[in-house]
Amino acid sequence: MRALYDRLKDRFQLGELTRQRPDLGFVTVGRDHLRALLVELKDVEGFTHLVLFTAVDWLEDGQFQLTYLLNNRATAQDLGVRLMIPREGASMDTIHDLWPTAETYQRELYEMFGIDFPGSPRVDEDFILEGWTDLPPNRRDFDTKEYSEATFAERAGRESHDPRDHMKQKLYPDGE
Amino acid sequence: MFKIEPDRSQYPAHNPDGSCDIDLSSGKYVKIWHGPNHPGITGNMSLELTICGDEVVEGRTRVGYLHRGFEKLMERRTFIQVFPIVCRVCVPEPDLNEYCYAAAIEELAGIEVPDYANWMRTLILEMGRFNSYMMYLGGQSGSLGMGVIGQWTTYVRDLMLDRFEELTGARVYHMFILPGGVRDVLPDGFAARMEETLKTAERYLDDVDKVMFQNAVFNKRTRGVGYIDPALFDSYGVTGPTARAGGATTDVRRDAPYLKYDELDFEPVTGTDSDIWARADVRRRDTRLSIDLIRQILVKMQKPGEYFAKIPNVLHWKIPYGETYIRGESSRGEYGYYLVTDGTGYPRRINVRGPSYTHAMALLERLIVNTNISDVGALMVSLHTYPPEIER
Repeated sequence: MRALYDRLKDRFQLGELTRQRPDLGFVTVGRDHLRALLVELKDVEGFTHLVLFTAVDWLEDGQFQLTYLLNNRATAQDLGVRLMIPREGASMDTIHDLWPTAETYQRELYEMFGIDFPGSPRVDEDFILEGWTDLPPNRRDFDTKEYSEATFAERAGRESHDPRDHMKQKLYPDGE
Repeated sequence: MFKIEPDRSQYPAHNPDGSCDIDLSSGKYVKIWHGPNHPGITGNMSLELTICGDEVVEGRTRVGYLHRGFEKLMERRTFIQVFPIVCRVCVPEPDLNEYCYAAAIEELAGIEVPDYANWMRTLILEMGRFNSYMMYLGGQSGSLGMGVIGQWTTYVRDLMLDRFEELTGARVYHMFILPGGVRDVLPDGFAARMEETLKTAERYLDDVDKVMFQNAVFNKRTRGVGYIDPALFDSYGVTGPTARAGGATTDVRRDAPYLKYDELDFEPVTGTDSDIWARADVRRRDTRLSIDLIRQILVKMQKPGEYFAKIPNVLHWKIPYGETYIRGESSRGEYGYYLVTDGTGYPRRINVRGPSYTHAMALLERLIVNTNISDVGALMVSLHTYPPEIER
């Protein structure tokens, strides 16, 4: 993993390598170098399998972290490529031409995080949520409880009791 | 050999890029929904098919019928509160979710799991895999009209659920693999009862071999149908038995051994034809492999020892910043959990990588074009998809 990092570090201006396990590492890369790095990893370094592609919302920093996790089947190594993009008007280049399956991931990220991927097929088509108009629900500032309370009516007939008073009333209805 | 259907790709007329100009008002095409209320669909999913005659010209996978927002729910809960949710991502094989989540937490929190607990986890995972294959064999034969095989495999699965019940106290969602270890040791006489269950299972699998795999109808309808080019495996994220049926040798249990798989003696089961028959055959032999592995585990397990590591007070458990990915081999392919923590008592992000996510969306939509409408059910089941993994 270290040898691979040393080979690619200067060409793609990679950030520090985080070695989570001997077979799993994470690197940060800038937006300008991302595509070239992915192509290099896929075509030259043997990281041909896109394991997953997802986002992490760092609301406090105003950024989304995109994680492209690639696997090299021959050496059984994983490399997570991290990229930070601003939350405001979040948009990223599509990679569906490198891995056709990325189309699904990008549709999901568009719907769940509101990250746009211009040029990705059917990216604005509903994926899981039909007719959703609210904030993308996987963003940290979307409050599921608040949404439920505003959208759905409370079920009638439910009342809560203080357990102590309730048992007292049940066992000693006359107040003895 | 069985005759392969003639190439019907020239009808209707295709554009040079392989697409069709679909004009629904022309009367040549009909749009139909295959699912969600259809016996030929695996659970809460549907396929929106455009057909011309009996040929599918376009297929779209529609999910969302089961969306409960598991990943979002997990972010609002403490690390131990997440644990009852993870198993619900996959009904037929929930244990791998528990393992992946527990292992991710243990790695980021620096917890060492006792040896005996790892053996127990390996046992549970193989039992879960066996159960999942039983559901698959029933579903695959059912999709081609052989309903009785599903009844046999459901019976055998029920026997294994009895073993689960005596081991974990639950039949479907076991919640046995906790961060730190497992909840209990093997009950007395468990190995003998398990052996009895495995013998019954083998007897029924012999019957399935004869009735399903030597059945002329099954052979005729599955050989050469639903072929996946091995060159597409990496670009479409194809893993597990679906890839092994096309000659790939990928099996996480052997490529990146976790738990006790490096101490077990086995070789990944592979096929060559990459069609529906080959995928069913690989899973049938993988079921036998699971039976063999369960026997090996019960022999190699040492006497009950410590089965739970000391973990911090779960009510105030904070895990420092970190991120990791834990993978395991499920009955459908590579399964994994990507966990990001930020130093608080709640996970920052949990992402579930289910094999159905890649198989049932981009891959199925590609495979389904030019198939006969009567093969759609069999083709979809042959990818062994579970929709909750897509919409989690």
